[in-house]
Amino acid sequence: MEILLAMTIGLLYAAGIFLILRRSMVRLIIGLILLGNGANLLIFLLGRISKGKPPIIPEESKVFLDAYADPIPQALILTAIVISFGLQAYAIILVKRAYRVVKTDDIEEMITTDEI
Amino acid sequence: MDSAVEKLPILFVCILLYIIVLAIPSVRKNGVRSRLSPLIPIGAFLFFLLGFDGSKQTAVLWSHELLPTQLSFTVDGLGRLFALLITGIGSLIFIYANGYMKGAKYTQRLQSFLLLFMLAMLGVVLSDDLIMLFIFWELTSISSFFLIGFKNEDEASRKSALQAIAITGLGGLVMLGGFIILGEIAGTYSIAEMSNPEVIAAITSHAWFAPMLIFILLGAFTKSAQFPFHFWLPGAMKAPTPVSAYLHSATMVKAGVYLLARFSPVLGDTLIWNTALISFGGVTMIYAAFQALFRTDMKSILAYTTVSALGIMVFLLGLQSSDAIAAVSLFILVHALYKASFFMLAGTIDHETGTRDISKLSGLKTAMMPLFIVGILAAWSNGGVPPSVGFLGKDLIYESTLAFPGLNYLFTGISVLTNIMLFAAGLLVGWLPFRGQKISHKDIHLPTPSLWVPAAVLAVLGMLFGLFPALINDSLINPVATAISGNTENIHLKLWHGFNTVLYLSLLTMGLGVLTYAIIRPGARLLGFIEYAEQFGPKRLLHAIANGFIQSSDWVTKTLQNGKLRIYLLVILGFLVLILGYVVLSETTFTIDQEMLTNITIYEGITVGILFISVFLTLFSGSRLAAVAAMGVIGYTLCIIFVFYSAPDLAMTQFTIDTLTVILFVLVLYRLPRFIRLDFSPRHILDGLVALSVGGLMTIISLEVLQRMPEREISDYYALNAYLLAKGKNVVNVILVDFRGADTMIEIVVLSIAAIGVYSLLKLRLRKNEKME
Repeated sequence: MEILLAMTIGLLYAAGIFLILRRSMVRLIIGLILLGNGANLLIFLLGRISKGKPPIIPEESKVFLDAYADPIPQALILTAIVISFGLQAYAIILVKRAYRVVKTDDIEEMITTDEI
Repeated sequence: MDSAVEKLPILFVCILLYIIVLAIPSVRKNGVRSRLSPLIPIGAFLFFLLGFDGSKQTAVLWSHELLPTQLSFTVDGLGRLFALLITGIGSLIFIYANGYMKGAKYTQRLQSFLLLFMLAMLGVVLSDDLIMLFIFWELTSISSFFLIGFKNEDEASRKSALQAIAITGLGGLVMLGGFIILGEIAGTYSIAEMSNPEVIAAITSHAWFAPMLIFILLGAFTKSAQFPFHFWLPGAMKAPTPVSAYLHSATMVKAGVYLLARFSPVLGDTLIWNTALISFGGVTMIYAAFQALFRTDMKSILAYTTVSALGIMVFLLGLQSSDAIAAVSLFILVHALYKASFFMLAGTIDHETGTRDISKLSGLKTAMMPLFIVGILAAWSNGGVPPSVGFLGKDLIYESTLAFPGLNYLFTGISVLTNIMLFAAGLLVGWLPFRGQKISHKDIHLPTPSLWVPAAVLAVLGMLFGLFPALINDSLINPVATAISGNTENIHLKLWHGFNTVLYLSLLTMGLGVLTYAIIRPGARLLGFIEYAEQFGPKRLLHAIANGFIQSSDWVTKTLQNGKLRIYLLVILGFLVLILGYVVLSETTFTIDQEMLTNITIYEGITVGILFISVFLTLFSGSRLAAVAAMGVIGYTLCIIFVFYSAPDLAMTQFTIDTLTVILFVLVLYRLPRFIRLDFSPRHILDGLVALSVGGLMTIISLEVLQRMPEREISDYYALNAYLLAKGKNVVNVILVDFRGADTMIEIVVLSIAAIGVYSLLKLRLRKNEKME
């Protein structure tokens, strides 16, 4: 399964990069979101995956008695997901706003502040 | 604290203060501040005249054990002569500038720069420390940049100023390299300490002696406008004439000569020194004299004769004989006297008639009699006609070339030839404009005394020193020669040596000089021919380098900073792929420990399969809605993967956020444009390759990392203490809200800022004039 997940990471990165190289603003944002997903999965995988062992201390004890999934990557990813939502929301609204003003979402037409 | 050299900083501070006083803008033209400015150089002149007797005085004012360099001044015969020239001629120039710039704008600014230049020059000739000398040296370049480009609205002026600072600045930089090598092999940066015979022997026998000497010589040659670096000096004639008279006759250009003279006892009399100085000086003096002969602009003639005279000085310093050193000591003074008066004369004529073209000027004698006398006296001294001081100088030059073993005929020959041409050039400036028919310029009259008295003072001094050499023999010239040779010199200047070869050569020079003057009539045709020769060499190279530099930086900027996001990203990613790829390919083993892996169940296989399909849909769907929906599906599959692998919190968060993102997208989607349908192009192949390389690398890297044992020390600490310290059972939650609570708070701040941004973008109403429509 690790090999499959590693390939998924690679695919998400590749797809994200391919999309941010496109000229459309919308595709750029989708690309960024995919890159974010890829990075999250990368962190998750590198914390080692294990099934059925969430980092929650059992009801009756005060410490872990058994093995448990690494909580630090999870905490990191949780933060990353929330922060990337802030970025995505802002980017989506910015693109919408920019499109209303300049009537294009072609990045290559936005390389100058002058009217073309 | 009694010796005068220790009072030098006070003088420097006084000059600096007056520079500031002058630099404060004034509404009045020729205000009190500019009219009083000559008092500063006059005061400094008296200080050097009365405070020093030519014996060597050194003072270390400040030093620190950690610094090899120190603040120290030396005043000896050489430094004193230069200081006297700088301040003495400076006094006259300041008086002259007040007359010349009368009614002009920015007189104060000019004087402020002139004073700054004077300060820098004094620093150059009085510093004992190499680094200090270099700093002042650069300061002369910088202040002369402002002076040459003083008429900053004129393009030619700006170009000349840039040319001058490029050449002298580059030379200065090379010289700094030489200085540092010299300081390191000598073990001291103090020039005074280098004159110790043991240190000299250590320096001259060192393996780095040759490069060091070449570096220092390059600095001196560029500053003193030696062929082939001479072209900046004629270009610098764009400066107002008081500037040319000051910088380009007696001071700035002589800094190179000063430097050579200063290092003559330490570095002189070696093979490289003699060869370089004799050959460069020799070529410069004859080439520039020839160039001077065919010019029509008075300042141009003077510029080339100055280059030629500098060549003579460098040449003499290369000969190194006692006679040559005596000759150069005297010639520095002689040249400063007549050349400064020539320049002021040219400036006055230009000021009064509006032209400096000698083919247009004639008959000024009647209107400007005193100026005519100045011209004759300066030409007299320039030509070396007895009893001027120039005659004494030329005598010594011939004596030293005649005495040079082996090549005496050659050297004497080119000296005589150079002097013949200089003689004729002097007549072109000092004689020709005053002779002949009176030109019909109306109201040409004798200008105010400040425009001709300073020139007259210098011209008369030139004659006076020639008639009474005892005035300068022991007080000025002997200490200079002593400083240059390093040994005690005893020179006896006298006018009459009896009938000997030198006298005959002098007579020959005069006769042929007059003859040349009679034949030569500079005009446009000859000028064009002569200019042609100047087009070759480093001037062209310099322009080519400068243009090439501008063009290539233009190209680099336009290529790299093209404003296209895709290119920036491709460069960054391409670089990343190269570097990471190299490391990964050279260090990865590509072996995977099968036992560490978990099995793939059917549920997982299907989930990942859906994810793969969604990615392809997102990539290649032509519909925006389909792409966004597929993106949402990717998020949900990740969510399921988090559930599989023991991360319930992540799954919940991912689910919420992904849903929100998709909703937001869809909400604004109808306002967004359709995807641009672009045909398949080579761009896609390149982008795809880059994307796949990065993706592949990420896969390899993550697999590689999985082969190493994870470090769980911090995780174990959190897990152990989650309940014991923080009373929470969900470790991920405890980490976020308790152990790293401050981080989470800042994260909330970031989100709030994003929310404010989103809100204001939505509510923003543009004013009419800001709208595109």
